Amino acid sequence: MSVSGLPSGNHPKWRSWLLTDTPTSRHHARIASLYQGWLSFRSNPMAMFGLVILLMMGLIAVFAPLLAPHDPFVQDLSNRLAPLGADDHLLGTDSLGRDILSRLIYGARITLYIVILVALIAPVAGLFVGTVAGYAGGWIDTILMRITDIFLAFPRLVLALAFVAALGAGIENAVIAISLTAWPPYARIARAETLTIRKSDYISAVKLQGAGPFRIITRHIWPLCISSLIVRVTLDMAGIILAAAGLGFLGLGAQPPSPEWGAMISEGRKFILDHWWVATVPGLAIFLVSLAFNLLGDGLRDVLDPKDSGS
Amino acid sequence: MTVATDPERGRRKSPLSKALLPVLRTVGTIVATMIGLLFVTFIIGRVMPIDPVISVVGERASKEAYEAAYRAMGLDQPVIVQFFYYIGDILQGDFGQSLLNARPVAEDIRRVFPATLELATLGTFIGVLIGVPLGVLAAVRRGSWIDQIARFVALIGYSMPIFWLGLVGLLIFYGILGWVGGPGRVGIFYVDIVPSVTGMILVDSLLDGNWTVLKDAMSHIILPASLLGYYSLAYISRMTRSFMLEQLSSEYVITARVKGLPEWTVIWRHAFRNIKVQLITVIALSYAGLLEGSVLTEIIFAWPGIGSYITTALLSADMNAVLGGTVVVGLVFVCLNVFSDLMYKFFDPRAR
Amino acid sequence: MKKLQKFALSAVFGVFIGTMAIPATPVVAETPADMLVIANRIDDITTLDPAESFEFAGSDVIRNVYGRLVNFDPLNLDKGYEADLAESWTVSEDGRTITFNIREGVNFHSGNPVTAEDVEFSLRRVVTLAKTPSFILTQFGFTPENITETIVADGNTLKITTDKKYATSFVLNCLTATVGAIVDKKLVMENEKDGDLGNEWLKTNSAGSGAYKVVSWKPSESVTLQSNEDFYLGAPAMKRVIVRHIQESATQRLLLEKGDIDVARNLNPEDVAGVTGKEGISIDSELRGRLMYISLNQNHPELSKPKVVEAIKYLIDYKGMQDSFLNGQYRIHQSFLPKTYLGAIDDQPYTLDVEKAKALLKEAGVENLEVEAGVREAQERVEIAQSLQNTFAQAGIKLNITIGTGKQTLTRYRARDLDVYVGAWGPDYPDPQTNAGTFAYNPDNSEEAKATGLLAWRNAWDPGDLTAKTEAAVIEGDRDVRKKMYEDIQREFQARAPFAIMFQKDEQTGRRSNVKNLNLGGAITAVAYWPVTK
Repeated sequence: MSVSGLPSGNHPKWRSWLLTDTPTSRHHARIASLYQGWLSFRSNPMAMFGLVILLMMGLIAVFAPLLAPHDPFVQDLSNRLAPLGADDHLLGTDSLGRDILSRLIYGARITLYIVILVALIAPVAGLFVGTVAGYAGGWIDTILMRITDIFLAFPRLVLALAFVAALGAGIENAVIAISLTAWPPYARIARAETLTIRKSDYISAVKLQGAGPFRIITRHIWPLCISSLIVRVTLDMAGIILAAAGLGFLGLGAQPPSPEWGAMISEGRKFILDHWWVATVPGLAIFLVSLAFNLLGDGLRDVLDPKDSGS
Repeated sequence: MTVATDPERGRRKSPLSKALLPVLRTVGTIVATMIGLLFVTFIIGRVMPIDPVISVVGERASKEAYEAAYRAMGLDQPVIVQFFYYIGDILQGDFGQSLLNARPVAEDIRRVFPATLELATLGTFIGVLIGVPLGVLAAVRRGSWIDQIARFVALIGYSMPIFWLGLVGLLIFYGILGWVGGPGRVGIFYVDIVPSVTGMILVDSLLDGNWTVLKDAMSHIILPASLLGYYSLAYISRMTRSFMLEQLSSEYVITARVKGLPEWTVIWRHAFRNIKVQLITVIALSYAGLLEGSVLTEIIFAWPGIGSYITTALLSADMNAVLGGTVVVGLVFVCLNVFSDLMYKFFDPRAR
Repeated sequence: MKKLQKFALSAVFGVFIGTMAIPATPVVAETPADMLVIANRIDDITTLDPAESFEFAGSDVIRNVYGRLVNFDPLNLDKGYEADLAESWTVSEDGRTITFNIREGVNFHSGNPVTAEDVEFSLRRVVTLAKTPSFILTQFGFTPENITETIVADGNTLKITTDKKYATSFVLNCLTATVGAIVDKKLVMENEKDGDLGNEWLKTNSAGSGAYKVVSWKPSESVTLQSNEDFYLGAPAMKRVIVRHIQESATQRLLLEKGDIDVARNLNPEDVAGVTGKEGISIDSELRGRLMYISLNQNHPELSKPKVVEAIKYLIDYKGMQDSFLNGQYRIHQSFLPKTYLGAIDDQPYTLDVEKAKALLKEAGVENLEVEAGVREAQERVEIAQSLQNTFAQAGIKLNITIGTGKQTLTRYRARDLDVYVGAWGPDYPDPQTNAGTFAYNPDNSEEAKATGLLAWRNAWDPGDLTAKTEAAVIEGDRDVRKKMYEDIQREFQARAPFAIMFQKDEQTGRRSNVKNLNLGGAITAVAYWPVTK
């Protein structure tokens, strides 16, 4: 991926510093390469579109109380199932007369919350298992990978369902359940990366300097696995959102009156024939956010992991 | 899945053990994975805060009726003892009885699994039939409008909540347009008309030569199968495209082109032939995914398959049914994985 | 290159067109004239053995398959129980023994004649198997040890002897319940396994003398019944009845609109409104016995204060719910006996009154109360719970809702583990004792008693003198006195019990207009298919 499309004459000074071919320090080199990556990312309109949507969603989540026209929990039984564009309720009301737009806005918080937690738990767990297995080798590797296989062989949604059923319904438990099903692929990626790095001269050199296995794994192997993990996580985000919505849909995710989008679809599907918007609107919201993550992931892959590059 | 990694490779062994070892290893792996799978499921079932006895005796049971059922179910034994009893039964082909409907779980699975198999097979079929040409085309005409469309189609597939799409699809194609049959496998008065041979209604009605039932079953399966097919299409077309791109930029393709071979030959006879094995792997994985992952689709379409069977059982703490279902699904999954691994090993030039 | 593109495109479109073309064939728009097709939720069926079955959908099947000593006429439920397999009966002077004369000339589906011996076997079987619903018979003092003396066949008659004198109507009403079904002794015993009295076999098979026999039961899928041409009341018009499990109201509605089914039994208010007035579809409304209530766990330090209990009864938007999401399907009802039961009262002392509730809470000195409600995942219950959450909050009570499957929620309820339970209760047999004996009766409230079958016990509530009053009412022989006793019990219960009874069910059924005479069983029994015509 080149950045040849950029005009090369009148760069301001900081730009030429960022685009230099002769970095003056390690930091300079790192920043310069990040900037190059950003430039190439920026030239991908789809990825930028994804990024913008996600940023907007972040802002909506943060400023939900300011943006929402109504309290998302206040009921009005006399004005239930109001249609799209009804007075004062742009997206109508649900079966208890609550404003759907406001619920959607507050729901963004829940989605974001789930996504962030899973994105923190699953890859870290996978990274840990994978690098330990890859670096240690031998029976540790065998056992860890066998466990990974067991979790992989489990039907994902069934496993998540089973855990939520065991722990009780709720957002936190849904997050744990989804993380449990999401970590094995990361462990495999991390292990594969570790296996290629382990034998490299670079690690041998670090070893000669007297670094212990803990230090090698955390300081030298982890950083090298990060970029492929980031790509994978971003691409998986959509799947995570869909899984969370699926749990919500089955009534095992967020509990009422929480405006979780999957649960909103589940409530709305009972009225789908005459009041289709109640289920359709949150469905579109889920779709939009998953799409944004997919676009972003595609773009990031092009930048960070060019060997699998899409376009 | 690299279940069958073989570190023994390269050492000299007698021909017999050379042939046997990988087989034993593979079987061992499957067995170990299955036992682990069972163990995890079993533990989950036992810590679940649902009282399975209530499933049997109902809400209003007296203390005596309750306790009798409790003992009859063996729940007074330690968990680990229960587990070993269970494994012992399974080895004898006995999955136990469903707590919910008092039938042998094996019988239930024989009833529900063909429904899922039918759906997943047709779904994969649709996915392959459209996904492969689309992926090849997108790679060949990289950057063109068709590539963009292919990409977009795949992205939507990755991003759409399947249960939502199913609902909307049902609303439009069944509710409004009336083009397809409603939820369920066949219209209600076609139930039980053709004798059940394979359990798959499409096949059974074909065997029976009953075209009315076949048509009706077709109109019921087409929507959920297309839906699953779409998801499989998204995955297969993307993978096909990336495999093809790799081949098209390889030297022998360039050489072939330089030699002036027709484009058709270059693409299908050379490049495509080389991605076949990888493609089969991908298709097998996607098939496995559909076999295990159609829980939500089955629920939306009232499809009496294994996904909804396990889910219902799980939520009523019918552990025999959950375990039985998980064993079957897990076994299918592991086998498909081993199969694609073996394919890869034996046929892929680079892995050889 | 162009060629390839063309090929791929045509492949893509070919498949699309191919898949669309097949289903475009016309869909049948009407069910056959002698077949009744019903959509219902039947995933609660766990067994078809009448000695064991205790769920709504199971009772529906069993009522049509088995005859009983006494039964209800589906076209005239108000008449009360009538002769069925017992042609007549006499009551002994001390009121403890009832002698039934068994109807001659009635055969089981197998061809075996129905005899007093079969009746004796069926009733003894319930007591011996001691499954969940057996209490309906054992409450009269039958035990596995004494049945050889208390339930006795003699020639063409059957004699039952109770431990005390009970109101005859109470005993006979109990015999109309599912456990009163008469099974074919010979056939059942041919299929006995390990001394189980045929329990295993009867779970999935039928051995009755009723209007229909079971062809197949596929769990959570369908039940198929075939008519009994030799039914003693005449062969039913509907030769085949198929009850198909359809979970979603919207789906049931679509099937009904398309004519794929004749009857949809679980339409929600929105879908009822949606099909009302559509050509060829009629909506029936039938009062059922099911009550919707909330209960407060008396082990909770705050919820056990009488003022708090009273306050909460004023924090329920009865009318708001009845007129919105429960519209047409539940009506306000605030006492534990369903309308149409002996002694039922229609007092409705409570309405939503936030100010009054606040004052009561203040008197009780309760502030910032936060409690957990267990709710099973059924549409109307989740909505009721959310409405309660809303009105409770107006008086400063925070209600946290935990939604679970039926089994999950029930497990916790029975373990006295929930602060608040949003529940439904349906009577087991058409006598006031069925509800009085669970709401207002709890002889031993201790943890060790484990009387998990009693609602009062589950809420750790000691009903005080109501327990004794309930015991007295059940043996009162004079109908009017008995009626008065239940009215008093209910009024006292209404004032101080930690139960807020809220609604009684009206079942709305969507049917194709050509279907006639379908009776669901009112508040007292289950559905009957044999009078149905099309």
